[in-house]
Amino acid sequence: MTGDEQEPVALELDCRGMLCPLPVIELGRRHVEVPVGAVVAVVTEDPAARTDVPAWCRMRGQEYLGEDSAADGVARYLVRRVG
Amino acid sequence: MLEAALTRGYADPRALHGPGRDARLLLDNAREVVAECLGLTRDEVWFTSPSDAVQRGVLGLVAGNPRAGDDAVLSAVEHAAVRHALGWHARRRDVVPVEVGVDAAGRVDAAAFRDAAGAPGVAVAALQLANHEVGTVQPVAGLDLPAGVPLFLDASASLGLLDLPGSGWAAAAGHATSWSGPPGVGLLLVRRGARWANPFPGDPEPQDAGGGLPDVAGALAAAAALQATAAERAEVDARRRRLVDRIRAVAATLPDTEVVGDPVDRLPHLVTFSCLYLSGETLVRELDRLGFGVASGSACTASTLEPSHVLAAMGALTHGNVRVSLGRDTTEEQVERFVAALPDLVGRLRTEVGL
Repeated sequence: MTGDEQEPVALELDCRGMLCPLPVIELGRRHVEVPVGAVVAVVTEDPAARTDVPAWCRMRGQEYLGEDSAADGVARYLVRRVG
Repeated sequence: MLEAALTRGYADPRALHGPGRDARLLLDNAREVVAECLGLTRDEVWFTSPSDAVQRGVLGLVAGNPRAGDDAVLSAVEHAAVRHALGWHARRRDVVPVEVGVDAAGRVDAAAFRDAAGAPGVAVAALQLANHEVGTVQPVAGLDLPAGVPLFLDASASLGLLDLPGSGWAAAAGHATSWSGPPGVGLLLVRRGARWANPFPGDPEPQDAGGGLPDVAGALAAAAALQATAAERAEVDARRRRLVDRIRAVAATLPDTEVVGDPVDRLPHLVTFSCLYLSGETLVRELDRLGFGVASGSACTASTLEPSHVLAAMGALTHGNVRVSLGRDTTEEQVERFVAALPDLVGRLRTEVGL
């Protein structure tokens, strides 16, 4: 994710050590915990998440914002709750 | 025919003695049959293993084009055999193969592919006739590559099912399983006039089995199967397309499920879909319990735990993936049983997940 003013992450899901489809299941279950318009992050080493988090957004009508990394270097995928 | 091959074709067809000449006759007969089915001449057809056909096919064009440079262009959805062959070549020359992306249906953009192939230093471009996982046909016929850049055509998933383009490619590979032939037989096809040179140790010209002992019985069985497939192709093609359409239609009604690959311009027998929140491995196991043998491109079904590079390149959901390949004799009853079982199974597994 680029831009100097990164939006605050309202909920960070620690999915380290989980394999597909568990990170996306976690996202599907818990994104409703943040208000519409807020950002949820999924932190996982699962290589499938790079494709499946954007695919989940497309299928579920949410907005995929991009990828950065958590402090420990693990990939972090950012999603805005649209509905 | 196979019996004749086993009793008469056991000898080494490279030998000059009587049994050797007999085996040579049978092998050339098989070559002739294959050439006729594919619209080629017999000196363009070589029998070898499926992986050798890919490796020698694509790398032979690089070796035959020594002044062009070391770069290779391929689509992002090529079979692992092509990716591995070009990756192996590139590592030795300290270059990186250029991958051209695909759209959501898995089809490469012909103009982007042509542009990439036209870059300086490109020795070969590789593209499949149709994708082996999602069935989408690639725009091979309209490629019109720059002069001097040969096309390697990977027809391993499609030979016998789709027509081979009459021109526009220099070498190709086929795998007899795509036309219900024996699994160990591959075809290396090298066009007349193509600049091809053996990339591996041995004679510079193409040879059966890479110069090793040819499998005469396998070649004959493959040729007979190709002939039979060609004879029944129109009928089997129409039936399988109808059955695939049926599975696609039912899969599309499942909640949170996407059917992937081109709905029309595709291989006749393949259908692929992905179910959100479900594990591909669980789907494969549960369907197997119900009597359906299916494949999956999901990471959990791969030894590497990496998802299918085809699905990833398309941006398609990689988990919960199911790939159904219909045999030439798959019946409507079997397909109806499958589509009847699918909604219950997906519903039950989703309930277990709680979503």
